Amino acid sequence: MTPAIDQLWVYLTSEPLLNLLLTFVAYMIGVTLHRFFRGFALFHPVIVATTLIVLTLLGTGTSYTRYFDGAQFIHFLLGPATVALAIPLYDHLGKVRQMLFPIMSACVIGILVAAVTTLGIAYAMGASHELLMTLAPRSVTTPIAMGVADELGGIPPLAVGFVLLTGAIGATTGPLLFKLLRIDDPAVQGFTMGLSAHGFGTAQSFSTLGPVAGAFAGLSMGLTGLVTAFLLPVLVMWLGG
Amino acid sequence: MAVLIGFVGLLACQLLGELIVKAGHLPIPGPVAGMIVMLIALMVRGRVPDGVRLVSEGLLKYLTLLYVPAGVGIMVYFATLGQNLLTIAVTLVGSIVLTQVVTALVLKALTRKRGQNEADCS
Repeated sequence: MTPAIDQLWVYLTSEPLLNLLLTFVAYMIGVTLHRFFRGFALFHPVIVATTLIVLTLLGTGTSYTRYFDGAQFIHFLLGPATVALAIPLYDHLGKVRQMLFPIMSACVIGILVAAVTTLGIAYAMGASHELLMTLAPRSVTTPIAMGVADELGGIPPLAVGFVLLTGAIGATTGPLLFKLLRIDDPAVQGFTMGLSAHGFGTAQSFSTLGPVAGAFAGLSMGLTGLVTAFLLPVLVMWLGG
Repeated sequence: MAVLIGFVGLLACQLLGELIVKAGHLPIPGPVAGMIVMLIALMVRGRVPDGVRLVSEGLLKYLTLLYVPAGVGIMVYFATLGQNLLTIAVTLVGSIVLTQVVTALVLKALTRKRGQNEADCS
């Protein structure tokens, strides 16, 4: 590199702007690839974007802290986005009231199954306490999972990784299981997707299972996050975590 | 103005949520409390203000983008991930499949029973 370009590069990498731009561009490439592969979950925009960014950072020797200086502006919006989940919840309040008992029962049972099987399988396979507490909140949406993992003594950034993997896996297995179990009610499909695969499941529901499934997925994502935030710390205490 | 009002509404609810959590030492994240504050506000108001809906739908449409910066944090924990790869993979897939099967079947059974009851009544 000539000295001039060298200096320019030093300037650019010290600016948050470059990493902010990198995040947007990587995500747009992810969206394009996802469309190209007709919504195949492993090419989820988030998985593609995260992989591209990690490779770029490793390739240019940029630390995560430096990257986050730029990306924090996107990250910050997770807070208001969590608050915004109240809107789909409010929109379907009538339907929720009408189906209150089935929805609440399925929600609590689903969360218990998710938490108990996660802790049980991981414990049986010899996971450390820290890893257990990091895996525990995996089925809820990121900002909630980070808060809960922190509360339980897990590693919040790693918990986010598990949330993303859960979303990608759940969005793929869900529709296959619905076919296998002959579940054709879109409300049931959407609710299951939102509970088990949060934002990924919701996006997948809107795009492949229809608007009713999408609305119920959004609803169950919000509800599951809410109930998990209250339930999981208590459950872990019971299990002697 | 509508967009501004919407954004202010979301941020104000979040701030209120953070304050409630701090003051009450609650075990839930601030934004979750903010979501409850927003839900109550909407129920009191009786409808979703245009600005709030506009900004919320925008944010939720790109919800998955907002996960990316935190997700990149995985790179710091590659070693931990690598050591526990099998445990993590089996746990995630096993638990997700079981959760989906149980949740779908429970909700299906409960709603079908309800549907039959309604049919009996009519």
